[in-house]
Amino acid sequence: MKSKKETVQVPPFEAVGVIAAQSIGEPGTQMTMRTFHYAGVAEHVPTGLPRLIEIVDAKKEPKKAIIDIYLKSAYSRSRTEAEKVAKEISSVFVSDVATVEDDLEKLLIHIAYDEKDAKPQGITFNMLKKAMEQFSENPKIDGTTITINPAKEKTKETKTKTKTKKDKEDKKSKFTAKQVRRLTSKIRGAIVRGVPGVFKAVVIKGDEYFIRAGGFNIIGALEHPAVDPKRIYTNNIQELERVYGIEAARNSIVRETKDVLDMQGLYVDIRHIMLISDAMTYCGKIKSIGRHGLSGEKVGVLGRAAFEETIKHLINACAFAEEEKLIGVTENIIVGQTVPVGTGKIKLVMKTKKK
Amino acid sequence: MQQSNKEVRKVIGHLKFSLFSPEMIRKLAVAKITVPDTYDDDGYPIDGGLVDLRLGVVDPGLRCKTCGGTVKNCPGHFGLIELVRPIVHVEFAKHLLYILKNTCYSCHKVLKKIDKKEDKEVKKEEIEQIDGVITPGEAILSPELSPEAAESPKPTINAADAVETLSKKRTSKKTTKVCSLCGAEVPEIKLLKPTTFMKDKDMLLPNDVRDWLAAITDHDLRELGFDPVYARPEWMIVTALPTPPVNVRPSITLETGERSEDDLTHKLVDVIRINQKLEANINAGAPQLIIEDLWELLQYHVTTYFDNETANIPPARHRSGRPLKTLAQRLKGKEGRFRYNLSGKRVNFSARTVISPDPRIRLDEVGVPERIAHELTIPLHVTEWNIDHCKSLIKAESYPRAVYIIRPDLRRLKVGDTDEVRNEQAENLKVGSTIERQLINGDIVLFNRQPSLHRISMMAHEVKVFPGRTFRLNPVTVSPYNADFDGDEMNLHVMQTEESQAEARYLAKVEKQLLSPRHGHAIIKPQEDHVSGLYFLTLDGSVFTKDEVSSMFYLIGRTELPKPDVAGGLYSGKLLFSTLLPDDTNLKVISKLGDEIVIKNGKLIKGAIESKAMEGELLEKMFVNHGPEFTREFIDSATVLALESVSLHGLSVSLKDYTVSPKGAVKINEIIDKMNREIDNLIMQYKNKSLERSPGMTLKETLEGLIVEITTKTRIDVGKIVESDLGRDNPSVIMAKIGARGSMLNAIQMSALVAQQTVRSKRITRGFKRRILPYFKEGALTGAEKGFVYSSFQKGLTPYEFMHHSMGGREALVNTAIRTARSGYMQRRLINALQDLVVYGDMSVRNADMSVVQFIYGGDGQDPMYSSTVEAVEGTKQDDIDTA
Repeated sequence: MKSKKETVQVPPFEAVGVIAAQSIGEPGTQMTMRTFHYAGVAEHVPTGLPRLIEIVDAKKEPKKAIIDIYLKSAYSRSRTEAEKVAKEISSVFVSDVATVEDDLEKLLIHIAYDEKDAKPQGITFNMLKKAMEQFSENPKIDGTTITINPAKEKTKETKTKTKTKKDKEDKKSKFTAKQVRRLTSKIRGAIVRGVPGVFKAVVIKGDEYFIRAGGFNIIGALEHPAVDPKRIYTNNIQELERVYGIEAARNSIVRETKDVLDMQGLYVDIRHIMLISDAMTYCGKIKSIGRHGLSGEKVGVLGRAAFEETIKHLINACAFAEEEKLIGVTENIIVGQTVPVGTGKIKLVMKTKKK
Repeated sequence: MQQSNKEVRKVIGHLKFSLFSPEMIRKLAVAKITVPDTYDDDGYPIDGGLVDLRLGVVDPGLRCKTCGGTVKNCPGHFGLIELVRPIVHVEFAKHLLYILKNTCYSCHKVLKKIDKKEDKEVKKEEIEQIDGVITPGEAILSPELSPEAAESPKPTINAADAVETLSKKRTSKKTTKVCSLCGAEVPEIKLLKPTTFMKDKDMLLPNDVRDWLAAITDHDLRELGFDPVYARPEWMIVTALPTPPVNVRPSITLETGERSEDDLTHKLVDVIRINQKLEANINAGAPQLIIEDLWELLQYHVTTYFDNETANIPPARHRSGRPLKTLAQRLKGKEGRFRYNLSGKRVNFSARTVISPDPRIRLDEVGVPERIAHELTIPLHVTEWNIDHCKSLIKAESYPRAVYIIRPDLRRLKVGDTDEVRNEQAENLKVGSTIERQLINGDIVLFNRQPSLHRISMMAHEVKVFPGRTFRLNPVTVSPYNADFDGDEMNLHVMQTEESQAEARYLAKVEKQLLSPRHGHAIIKPQEDHVSGLYFLTLDGSVFTKDEVSSMFYLIGRTELPKPDVAGGLYSGKLLFSTLLPDDTNLKVISKLGDEIVIKNGKLIKGAIESKAMEGELLEKMFVNHGPEFTREFIDSATVLALESVSLHGLSVSLKDYTVSPKGAVKINEIIDKMNREIDNLIMQYKNKSLERSPGMTLKETLEGLIVEITTKTRIDVGKIVESDLGRDNPSVIMAKIGARGSMLNAIQMSALVAQQTVRSKRITRGFKRRILPYFKEGALTGAEKGFVYSSFQKGLTPYEFMHHSMGGREALVNTAIRTARSGYMQRRLINALQDLVVYGDMSVRNADMSVVQFIYGGDGQDPMYSSTVEAVEGTKQDDIDTA
């Protein structure tokens, strides 16, 4: 009789990988495809199956990145303090505080400061002017309107663009209307204040006040002195890995996966989720589950060929004289042998006495 | 075990992939194929044709000229087509490009990058190589070099990756380079996909390429990542094309007697024809232009022979216009050799039929139709202890009997039809033989329903043979299989070795799978009517007469009745239920109905059992404390008692059960009126812009958000009225509350209102311009106009409500269809990536190459199957596990 403690331990050679995969995959059929709305920050944030697939794919950037910025205790207690920080972090675009119009006849761009929009955001005309410096060394200023003449400027933008082949065709005007248009939209998207790639910041009250925003620029956000570097979090796993390392990424895969499942009301044991995230990260970088990640780098030629890109794997195996050591599950199934998991790993033969 | 005269079992240790050299192909070939045809006018294979008898045979009656075997035992032999001009193998074109780009045109040595810019790039790459974390497995399993290669340089970069990236690069910048060894200028080599090589502006013919490659030394090849012993690059140029044996490409004879050749044969005919034409033209001294055209045509045919889906060339087609299935197509994809025939194999000793329920069989049994039991067999090794039994099986005239005898010399004999033959066979039976007997009660079989999404989709059951044509299945086991009885079919497999049967019995048996490995909660548990039955059984005031109790106890195999505990010789349901419980059962939970349920020392004292108490507390603890067999018996008995008591009690619904009283209807109408007023109010505020905008949302979004909130609140408020109006004695409410079937929402929708319909979790917006239907005004925003269904299912929906409801329903249907496809693929990827992970004796989780993924499985080495009941056992808490 096994003791209860033994009962509760995983049996040796248990195929825990398959069980973990099944435990995550099986409830996939029950999940909804709905998207989630983070109040004010981002709409259509994938949850459920699409988000799970995103995590497992180890996407460079999630479809909708969210960053949670926690503040040092001096700022996290009052809403007004937190809101002040949020304002400073959240990026304000030129188009938010000014009307940008291009004059294609004269090839000019007019940027009109809009006090009604800018005042509540705390943007002054001087801040706008400063933001425009990257586009124009000495813009014409008329009251609250800045006018830029791109033809006169020698910014990087104009230098590179004039060299392209198309411009050679009409040498007369160095600047085409098309380029003015392009520059205009670039000006509209320029940042007047805030952290690039962090936008629509909203203060949320949990146990304390913290900031939730769209985007994932951790390093940018950390430059603000009020931000607590130990607790900042984003759903962009790759970014976390870049900034905080592989262990952080591993933990965030666990957290993100668990959040998705919890939100669907599906209960999956944490060990399964941990195993999947360890498998994705144990080699020191994030590998996706699929043909370009774990499956594509498996040791067995036959195993890889049986998954996807059959021909490519067989051809490469031949060209580089690879050896198939038959140590994986699929490989052994293919040649018709016992699979090296579970009871298949035990080689025990009872000797029968001969009379 | 009878090991005596079994053949020696061979185990494949490893396989080596390599290329055939043309010499090797010539050596292996048993015939030179020169005739682009198959059979002559008499239907006899042409010598030197594509179905030459030396290549093996497919027609019965003929014998192979190479090995003398017949269709059954001739393995087939390779032939050979000698190509008059060399041809580039499409699949290796990338590899050739890699070699040509990295060797010198004139001295054939590996190019050393001397260009300053390039040099930097190389260094960067090298640094990345060193800094990059090496996969634990990589060190052990990097492509092994042959012994003499040990001292030669290892390639600095992963050659396979380099091949891939190089072939994907569109055009590299033209940089005039010079070979550092011979000083010759390095030409730019380009690959015009799929198979044409260019040197600067000139074409590089395959024989030029071949000469170039042949001149590269072994040392240099190793530096580029190749192993010249197994795969020299010039072998990637085809000069001798092997023809597969005929049994790889059998021709089929149609009913009309016409022969139809395999696609591969067709393609080979094309190759030979053009090859001959090319040869004739060369011999006749035709102009270079014509020769090159034919050469290119030959290249096309050989290319499509390998892969008929090569990019940038039209696929070769059958006469009917269907693209041919050539070599690559045979291997590739879901229906290809790998996934269809190698990863998944067809099996014998299996059966499939429709399933139907039988609540009176044990949950670990499966009812097997007689016809199936007669057909399926189990091998029985004849020993001195069971020889008499075996003899009686052979002698038996009807089921259960032996069907085959396998003698010690491995000869297989059919058991005779007549008594004399059978008696003789029985007398001649020797120890060491094997007999194959029909399936009988108590045999262990594997039972499965597709899609097999988790391991409990396949469990071991005991056979119980029944008349009829369907598999019978205890309804409590439907949930792991996710089966229902609307026509579902299931598969049954009979294991053929004692080892596998023992494994099934001890590891895969149904009662061992009561807890799900996914979360550790009960997955096989009383459901639907069982839950209702248990509730009615254990309800306060539920009593049974001696007759009733006797028949109930008879069904669960009990012969002794407890003492009556209710005046008048009656038995309380609580007492009956308590007789099933072990004495050490103690339980105190608040049920879903909000009542307290108390079990003390195996006696149900207070409360009525519902789903929460049953599965959560009772079953899971019982499984851990009293073992699988005990729990199985408990479930079997409890469900039988439950079904009896629900039959005695009666459980049905009528239209009346969903009719709200006039008083309730008034209240509901009040709530709806209030909702309408609130919505109108909001719309008014929206229209005159006095509505306050929520942060981050437009005004419209704010309005929609608020309205959805109101409609949800309305539904909840109406729900409360419905619940109190229908009362707790309403069968529908009881079922919903105790977790037997349905939810309160179903009752609300039937009796009061269906409420808001949504598409993409928003009120419906699509349809016509600014309105859903032309029935409404443009810019309509009120409840009814945006998908609020005021009617109940009982009352019936208005036409536009029906439309809105259908729109919501359509979305749900589409979503499930998409979801199954997407989640299926995700699961395939997950399984493929994780299938080699195994826990070892030291609790570490390792990959196939022994690289460690986790040092201790899950941080604590605990089986997730027991994770939810673990506190009950060891007092460890889930929080102790390090998750952060």
